[in-house]
Amino acid sequence: MRHLLSISDLSKVEALQILNTAEELARVSDGPMKKLPTLRGRTIVNLFAEDSTRTRISFEAAAKRLSADVINFSAKGSSVSKGESLKDTAQTLQAMGADAVIIRHSASGAAQRLADSQWMTGSVVNAGDGTHEHPSQALLDAFTIRRHLAHGGDDLTGLHIAIVGDVLHSRVARSNVLLLTKLGAQVTLVAPPTLLPVGVESWPVKVSYDFDSIIESVDAVMMLRIQLERMTELFFPNAREYSRYFGLNKDRLKKMKPTAIVMHPGPMNRGLEITADSADSARSVILEQVTNGVSVRMAILYLLLAGSQEIGVSE
Amino acid sequence: MSSTILISGGTLPDGRKSDLLIKDGKISEIAAKIEPQGAHVIDAAKSILLPGLVDLHTHLREPGKEDAETVESGSRAGVKGGFTALSAMANTSPVADTAGVVEQVYRLGQSTGLLDVFPIGAVTRGLEGEHLAEIGAMADSVARVRVFSDDGHCVFDPLVMRRALEYVKKFNGVIAQHAQEPRLTQGSQMNEGIVSSQLGLKGWPAIAEEAIIARDVLLADHVQARLHICHLTTAGGVEIIRWAKARGIKVTAEVTPHHLLLTDELARSYDPIFKVNPPLRTEADVMALREALADGTIDIVATDHAPHPAETKECEWQEASFGMLGLETALSIVNKTMVETGLMNWATVADRMSYAPARIGLYENQGQELNVGAPAHIAVMDPTSLFTVDRDLVASRSRNTPFHGMELPGQIVATIFNGAVVYEESQS
Repeated sequence: MRHLLSISDLSKVEALQILNTAEELARVSDGPMKKLPTLRGRTIVNLFAEDSTRTRISFEAAAKRLSADVINFSAKGSSVSKGESLKDTAQTLQAMGADAVIIRHSASGAAQRLADSQWMTGSVVNAGDGTHEHPSQALLDAFTIRRHLAHGGDDLTGLHIAIVGDVLHSRVARSNVLLLTKLGAQVTLVAPPTLLPVGVESWPVKVSYDFDSIIESVDAVMMLRIQLERMTELFFPNAREYSRYFGLNKDRLKKMKPTAIVMHPGPMNRGLEITADSADSARSVILEQVTNGVSVRMAILYLLLAGSQEIGVSE
Repeated sequence: MSSTILISGGTLPDGRKSDLLIKDGKISEIAAKIEPQGAHVIDAAKSILLPGLVDLHTHLREPGKEDAETVESGSRAGVKGGFTALSAMANTSPVADTAGVVEQVYRLGQSTGLLDVFPIGAVTRGLEGEHLAEIGAMADSVARVRVFSDDGHCVFDPLVMRRALEYVKKFNGVIAQHAQEPRLTQGSQMNEGIVSSQLGLKGWPAIAEEAIIARDVLLADHVQARLHICHLTTAGGVEIIRWAKARGIKVTAEVTPHHLLLTDELARSYDPIFKVNPPLRTEADVMALREALADGTIDIVATDHAPHPAETKECEWQEASFGMLGLETALSIVNKTMVETGLMNWATVADRMSYAPARIGLYENQGQELNVGAPAHIAVMDPTSLFTVDRDLVASRSRNTPFHGMELPGQIVATIFNGAVVYEESQS
């Protein structure tokens, strides 16, 4: 693995390797010595051309626990916001000797452009590109689901997972559809027809416009953040109506299987796609997702940059 | 300029093998064997002779964007592709919406002298879609404009479109419509379908093109005016044009070489070299376009040659400019997609790339059959010689060819304009 751009670049074996490595690293993180020397002397750049506090911090924590040097390069006040091209930014990072660039960008395909270009030679990790993909999020989601529901199994065979909300604009949904189905789960997308892409019929999923009709059969619901500007773009009439049909609330929570879990990639709009009591319920694994994010991102950086070195062995 | 030229052993569009002698700017003799007698000889033993190609849709970028292309560099690209006439689109800076600008472009073409440059006038002032541009003044200028287009923008307001269609009837002009419903394509990046759903690039539905075509053929019917549809890309659009023609509506349509060959699958690279307006569509659309070009539903091939400076393509897809180069590869791609596939013969190629576009644009003196006495505008092309497209070797000032690295059949051996050799392949 040289880059992590899209879940579609990963085989099932590679995806499981990331999850298994994350499990090992999580055990280390739970121990007394949280920090591993594995990436000492390596430089990792967080290139965040779009605001995202949680993903940036998660990658930063992951890199630091592996002893890498981390440079944060974010949108506000940087040359990116002053109109510098991606090419110039990449060449600058290359000139500074970045071993890996973690990129968050509002343009779909920005990570792949960086990886395919001759602008830089380091590894590229896609931390969310436009409405395309967010592979590390999908990996941490799969990791979380596996911990809770796989009963010691390696993959997610037999599980039914609903992804609910603005699928059209969601990179989280695209990566999760690819990964969860690759790992054997059955995925149902639940959304108003306006928030599903034309072409979704080619995806390996079921589609439902009726949240209530599937709520009883799912093992996990993944609620997607809904952006309020979608209303002015005519995707749905108003927030109240959206919540009524596609929000997770107490009534729907009650109908779920006893073992079923509630997920959200954050940041949440409490009261819109998810009520506070759902977000804070015993079913909610939302904070675990955050914790697991660090382990999964450590695994990604570890596998990209340290290759076959054994975990915990210093160089 | 007008030396004597002998094109020896070439095959005419109808399949006859003949020598062809050019004198004083005209074809002076066509015969099985003509003695050179000091003429400049072009060996065309392996070549097809076509009437000089006529492009009805070219962005020459001058005035205003001379870093991308000039009339001179665009002319060089044109003759390298076998063209002897180009139509300079109006979306320059300033916009070609006055007699002054079209005359400037016309004169730049004349002074370059490699081929005819026919300026296209804007339909609306500043391409803003609200007020008619100085259509009459442009028509009466030395540039004698007959084709009007807001290309790059759709003439969206149906009343503006109706008035424009009616107004140009005064001199038998034609409105060339860029069919793109603006509300359905806000922020659109690529064809809306399976590929866009996976890539997360905002979709550009086929209906956005088809809805305007449908509206405009009905308008053209109502006011009995001439309508030309630029760069048709969808199977549905083909069906509407077919219906309109069967009904006797005066509509013509063009297809670009890139839409005859490339599909939206190429967007998977996220390389904006494949970003174009209208977007690359699906394989099914490509096949429908080829069939329609062969059966005459689509009248012509037009390049939509759209040069852009490197920085507008070396970036993220959604930041990049729309458009691709087309002049230098057009005939090779038509050869590959239409002739080698058996869909068209060379006589039909001559029609779609020379006679018909000249007829639509009312370009007298261009698009004439290769007969004795006709003006000597000729493209000599060896359809069997393969070449690999190299963006570093283009005559255009820009390098944004989507065909870089692709092997294409058919090199231009020579281009003759007004009886003079304006391009000849180096014999190295």
